[in-house]
Amino acid sequence: MGLRRAIVLVALMEVTWSLNVTTIGPETVSTDASAHPEPAEENTEQKEAAAAEEDVMATGELNPNHYPAQRAAKLVQHYLNARYGSPYKLFGLKEVHSGNAEEVADSGRKYQLEISVHEIISNTKEKCSAEVFFPSGAKQLSPQVQVSACEEILKLDAKSEEQALYQQYKTNKTVRTEERLPDSYGHIDPEMTPFWHLSIVASSFIMLKESTENTLYNVAQVANITQLATENDQLKFDCHVLLHEMVSQEIPQWKLLFTWSPAEGVKVLHTEQLPHVHEFEKRAKPN
Amino acid sequence: VIDRAPFFLFLWKKIFSKDPVLVMHQVFRIVPKDDVQLALVRVLEDILDLELDFWRWVTPVDVRVPSHSLQVVKTYLENHCIKYFTMIKDLQALLDEEQRQMKSIAPAGNTDTFHYTTYHTLSEIYSFQDMLVAENPKLVSKTVIGQSYEGRPLNVLKFSTGGSNRPAIWIDTGIHAREWVTQASGIVFAKKIVTEYGTDSAVTEILNRMDVFLEMVVNPDGYHFTHTNNRMWRKNRKQNRGSTCVGVDLNRNWNAGFGGHGSSNNPCSEIYRGTRAHSEPEVKSIVNFVRSHGNIKAFISIHSYSQMLLFPYGYTRKPAKDQAELDQVAQKAITALASLYGTSYRYGSIITTIYQSSGGSIDWTYNQGIKYSYTFELRDTGHFGFILPANQIVPTANETWLALKVIMDHTFKNPY
Repeated sequence: MGLRRAIVLVALMEVTWSLNVTTIGPETVSTDASAHPEPAEENTEQKEAAAAEEDVMATGELNPNHYPAQRAAKLVQHYLNARYGSPYKLFGLKEVHSGNAEEVADSGRKYQLEISVHEIISNTKEKCSAEVFFPSGAKQLSPQVQVSACEEILKLDAKSEEQALYQQYKTNKTVRTEERLPDSYGHIDPEMTPFWHLSIVASSFIMLKESTENTLYNVAQVANITQLATENDQLKFDCHVLLHEMVSQEIPQWKLLFTWSPAEGVKVLHTEQLPHVHEFEKRAKPN
Repeated sequence: VIDRAPFFLFLWKKIFSKDPVLVMHQVFRIVPKDDVQLALVRVLEDILDLELDFWRWVTPVDVRVPSHSLQVVKTYLENHCIKYFTMIKDLQALLDEEQRQMKSIAPAGNTDTFHYTTYHTLSEIYSFQDMLVAENPKLVSKTVIGQSYEGRPLNVLKFSTGGSNRPAIWIDTGIHAREWVTQASGIVFAKKIVTEYGTDSAVTEILNRMDVFLEMVVNPDGYHFTHTNNRMWRKNRKQNRGSTCVGVDLNRNWNAGFGGHGSSNNPCSEIYRGTRAHSEPEVKSIVNFVRSHGNIKAFISIHSYSQMLLFPYGYTRKPAKDQAELDQVAQKAITALASLYGTSYRYGSIITTIYQSSGGSIDWTYNQGIKYSYTFELRDTGHFGFILPANQIVPTANETWLALKVIMDHTFKNPY
């Protein structure tokens, strides 16, 4: 009896259910819409007003709370993370105190900024001065960032944690996760947190390179990260990240190949932008 | 090819063995680097004394290792230089925790046992709304103002102590699906109103003379989609004619500077404006509601993230007529917000503070004469972004509530 039941159960588990749910939207939306067309005249005027808003590049002294200074300052965060970030050291832009922008004859625009930066893990804050240069021209050149008066925060020591992590994953353990970091609920396993941080650091190279005066990037989520064989004493990783660009509200997706060691920091070997996923294609698995 | 025999054995054990106590049983994920290593792993399976329970045979190999076999297996793998890591350190503890969590997230019977500290599904939010109405029939009622594109009800809670068409305050959350802290905060705001009426003098005074309308999920189709398919979905789920791309940005669909810079005519864009102003049922139903009510005095739309309090305009640099007053009230509101946890917000008009955007809700409401039109961008500033940890829901909602009360109080004390 029991055996037969077991066999039935096995058979049942072999059956794969393929449930194709197609969402059929209504052919017409509420007909109410056609009964009351929107006042055309009012809209034309406003549309003209909106169209007349060329992207006026702010020059001279900037309002530190407005987006031009804020976008330039964000690049300082990406620069600091790319250059000095680690599994235990991550920088965030805290505040912009003042800013100034000027045209640099035929080559681009330069911002001078006084900002406060904080190191997220130790929760320490420091004021920094920075210069951000956006090159103009046909070639897609990366912005340039220079930072000064920021030494304390960069000297913060996380060496023992970094060494411990490095030794652990150099020989013994391997990290590989299909889980998103963090997950949909903002949760992340403490063991995975250093790798989330590493992915943010690596992503900062991309965010720095891709930024313009018309963008603001953050890392939205890490889709996955896999550790590859250690090479030249560097831990090596392959990761897939989702970025968020604030102005377009897009979620660009990138694959990165990078290495890390406490001595060398993060070095990005290869990056590849993934094509935009059109959402009418149902994803293979929910996230 | 999955080897049937061990699978059958696994199943047999599952059916016929009593619930084994899995204390200190660990689950290893083994990563054999080639077939030779894989064969070595399979050898372990034949050693019945180890009582290994293979969950997954496709590389990487997952196996439950009883506590008595841990040392043997570890030594074996390490001797053969086979990489592995511990996925689950104590299986029983994990199962116990899951049981505990499942019990604690069992549907709440009332709004006092409801879990404000976790994110909820759409149906849980709708249940909450019904519970709140049932518990406070004299103060709260629910109106369905329309249907989403996929046919879901668009629910608005009305908080009223009586009167007829009293001047009102409108609050909405969840116009953008992925901004989960907003829908979650909407739930907290609803509970705040019913608990503070009668206990907080400001809220009591306001509700004695004004009504509050709260739409917790402006975009239910999008919200559902973020749970089932894509956590980063923003728009509604409109099937766009002539395109394979789905969705319209509900905050670019309003008739204010519609079609201008700061929105897109490409259906594949996250800021696609739709075919015409108010084309989307989620927007049209609010437009109809506001127009037919005719007595709304404040309109507050809640988004995340960036930590900002914004006022019109987004579509033009021309300052709003009431800019000075709006600015002053905003400053007062964010000061109140910061008083709780020190969370700092920036404030200003949309177009100067964040970016140019056309077809936004508060630009339309402002042009309709609703002077106190504001948009919030809640926590954080990008570290977690849309994926704000659940333990920040209540702190975020609580600090935001203080700012909302400043705006509501000012609206109440400055009738127009």
